[in-house]
Amino acid sequence: MIVPIILLFLVILLVFAVIGNYNALIGLRNQVSNAWSQIDVQLKRRHDLIPNLVETAKGYMKHERETLTGITEARSKAMGADSVSEKAKAESALNGAMNKFFLVVENYPDLKANQNFLAVQEELTSTENKIAFARQSYNDQVLFFNNKIQMFPSNIIANMFNFKAGVFFELENAAERAVPKVDFS
Amino acid sequence: MWELINQNRQRSLILFIIMGLCLLLLGSVIGNYYAGRDGWAFGIMLALLIWIIMSLVSFFSGDKIILAISHAKKVTPQIHPQLFNIVEEMKISAGLPKIPNIYIIPEKAPNAFATGRSPQNSSIVVTAGLLERLNRDELQGVIAHETGHILNRDILYMTFSGVLLGSIVILSHGFLRSLWFSGGGRSRRSSSRSGGGQAQIIFLVVSIVFAVLAPILARLLYLSISRKREYLADATAVRLTRYPEGLASALEKISQNTYELPAANKATAGLYIVNPLLKAGKSLSNLSSTHPPIDERIRILRNISNGANYKNYNDAYNKLYSKGNLITPIIPASGLNDPHKVPLKQKVAPAEERSARSQKKGVEDLIRAVEKYYFIPCDCGLNIKVPPDYTNSTIACPKCDRIWPVPAVLPDILKNNLSPQKQQQTAKEKLEPFVYHRKGKNWESFQCTCGAVKQLSPSFNKSSFECNHCGRRIIIKSEAE
Repeated sequence: MIVPIILLFLVILLVFAVIGNYNALIGLRNQVSNAWSQIDVQLKRRHDLIPNLVETAKGYMKHERETLTGITEARSKAMGADSVSEKAKAESALNGAMNKFFLVVENYPDLKANQNFLAVQEELTSTENKIAFARQSYNDQVLFFNNKIQMFPSNIIANMFNFKAGVFFELENAAERAVPKVDFS
Repeated sequence: MWELINQNRQRSLILFIIMGLCLLLLGSVIGNYYAGRDGWAFGIMLALLIWIIMSLVSFFSGDKIILAISHAKKVTPQIHPQLFNIVEEMKISAGLPKIPNIYIIPEKAPNAFATGRSPQNSSIVVTAGLLERLNRDELQGVIAHETGHILNRDILYMTFSGVLLGSIVILSHGFLRSLWFSGGGRSRRSSSRSGGGQAQIIFLVVSIVFAVLAPILARLLYLSISRKREYLADATAVRLTRYPEGLASALEKISQNTYELPAANKATAGLYIVNPLLKAGKSLSNLSSTHPPIDERIRILRNISNGANYKNYNDAYNKLYSKGNLITPIIPASGLNDPHKVPLKQKVAPAEERSARSQKKGVEDLIRAVEKYYFIPCDCGLNIKVPPDYTNSTIACPKCDRIWPVPAVLPDILKNNLSPQKQQQTAKEKLEPFVYHRKGKNWESFQCTCGAVKQLSPSFNKSSFECNHCGRRIIIKSEAE
């Protein structure tokens, strides 16, 4: 009599453990996607701002067509990107194009003094900061989630229900993003 | 992160309880003195009642009272878009549930503080002088420090313990006063009772000593915690921005300030990022200062290396100020166990400083904008400033005498209380066509009298257009004609 009761007890315990682990995994996955949506909002905002920037700059920078089309192309590529890793790659390319642009802007004091340009530039700076800060918390969440997926015993449940590890959002050219020094000597 | 907040909270609670006991003891001593041996209970009740009432008031409207006595004005993003951007950045970085309300004090002295009840219900206040003197990174540092106060739940406890301190001071002050004037009235009353004349004198002395000491003790307690909180908020700011240099140079600039901040007083001084009472801010640290000396804070920030963690901040402090091998933790222990490695942001050369003159002009313009002046850019380059109580429908430029219409309806961003429909009606009725003189053939931005901005492209060659926002007809004339 006692053996079946113990067995029943064990089965119930097992079921509860599975349910608990499964729910924890779902919770973490939702947190990851929530953190991602924070980044996504800011990325979209940046894509909306760039045409404004180009439009303002066009009047001043007639001889820099290449730089401007570079930005526009990088932007449309970034907008087309789907997965996290693709987006990270496209955004890195866009960052590169933007850096090139802001280097060139140094040669156009009229543009630098334009109120409209300054306003868009401030918005872009802020959006980039927001992306950076949101990226931090997104990557934290991904780390938690991935740990849970890979650690025992939750890895068994993760395998059973086919949970996929989250992808970190890393912008590659972090070093390039610092403003380069210009030497006039 | 969460543990750190909890520990900070527990610390506040202990402080709060000790100060509360102080208050109750004071109440019982006073009650005992006035109503004899059984009076202590009455005294405690009285002290409790005062405390509860004041706490309720400060919980529900403490922040409003503080904002009102500091002359802080709530502003819209149009007045300073950068400030709003930075606050939102810090909200994301700190993971606050809601963007704090943003207020500006129209004063030239640079300073800032945070107040409120909880992260859901908080406000950040900066002065106009701060916004104009600091560059973006520095402003970010200051806002991060204030966000730190919100995140560490300092705002509520500082308000509460301030109120508690106030109650203790009021009670003991009143007691001592009444003693002075009644000249030992109690001895007369109790003389009919038998015995213990000497014991009573001893008791009187003890109660006087206690009444004198209680407020001093409570104040020292309050101040010591307030100083530690400044360090913690600095450390949080570094963690949030990953850029200690921003806050360091902001503190440096603020400490060089020579303007008074009349809106601050002794009660609110502890809230500000740097003590706004000029003399007190510069003296060395002593038991009665609300803030750690500013040079010390700057030096700690500049000595942070290896990372933007809480531990890195504590290491920098120890490197500079620990005596011998004694390590003083200024950050609660749970903050030091923070496993996150947060890399520091690379140091960048600060942008060119604006000239002192343009800064001064900027502050004045900002103060006017906060006080709801209306600006009309004149073609001669002058920005006409129309005070909010100006009633004529036109105004002449003081420099070139061009006549400009004053908008009958101030920009709707300032007048949210009007319904949109009514706004349009009143606007349409009074709108006369407006003539704009175009300077050349390049890009030009035109600001309509309703505040809306329209960009005129080089290819735009119509003779008139309608403002998208208020529907006013704008006639374009070329400057050359």
